[in-house]
Amino acid sequence: MGAIQPKVGEPVSDELALVQAAKGGDVSAFEELVKRYDRNVFRIAQHITQNREDAEDVVQDAFLKAYGNLEQFQGQSKFYTWLVRIAVNEALMKLRRRRPERMVSLDEDVKTEEDSLPREIADWSPNPEQMYNQAELKDILTRTIQGLPPSFRTVFVLRDVEGLSTEETAEALSLSIPAVKSRLLRARLQLRERLSRFFQRRESGDAQK
Amino acid sequence: MKCSEFLQELTNYLDGVLDERTKAELEDHLAWCHNCYVVCDTTKKTIEIYRDSELYELPDDLRGRLRSAIMAKCQQRKKSSETL
Repeated sequence: MGAIQPKVGEPVSDELALVQAAKGGDVSAFEELVKRYDRNVFRIAQHITQNREDAEDVVQDAFLKAYGNLEQFQGQSKFYTWLVRIAVNEALMKLRRRRPERMVSLDEDVKTEEDSLPREIADWSPNPEQMYNQAELKDILTRTIQGLPPSFRTVFVLRDVEGLSTEETAEALSLSIPAVKSRLLRARLQLRERLSRFFQRRESGDAQK
Repeated sequence: MKCSEFLQELTNYLDGVLDERTKAELEDHLAWCHNCYVVCDTTKKTIEIYRDSELYELPDDLRGRLRSAIMAKCQQRKKSSETL
């Protein structure tokens, strides 16, 4: 079966040069960094906050905070990892503000009933994406991932959607590598379990849905 | 290898970060355990579906507005730091 193919990112070799230029007062160099990563920051923010307006605010606040603190960026990590760290913190603050009744923390190591061994082991249709139209599929995927605890879905989004490495994810979230791996495994298994009910192979002759 | 041991290594297996020996043990387990094969295959599909899903794409008009707002504030900060 083999490993999943990593998502190929854009080359980042010129990134440090852009950061240096921006530090030196070249605003257009910073704009280049915004263009490069605004989509990613928006996606991450929306996954965490689950709210469009909050995600828009996070994009602005994260880039402004990065701009204001460029001097603090020492280049030991990628600029993108540093930016994601800022964006995740901004997004979590928004989430906490909206849901003050629930403590939201990335440290939470939630034990849920679904943590046990997989229960749903029916095989999926060979092309599960084609069982639904695009809008239906997006709706299924959105609702399914929204059901995960914030600490799980954040790790899943950074690792599997945005393609950060385990080390980069750990750095961006201030988590240990074993903690990232454990959350990732459980996030993947829980999503798989929940998607199974939509993507199970159907007997021929069954009506769609 | 037991199914629970297989599951513990599933993420490392899918990420392709296992040593050859452990990988071979896992693949041996997959060859005869249909349940683990299905779980592994559907977990892989789960990841691929999300990765290719284009959820929460930033629309171009909103993207433009956000960028203008960000850059206007950056220019403002630059000016105010220059006049200090």
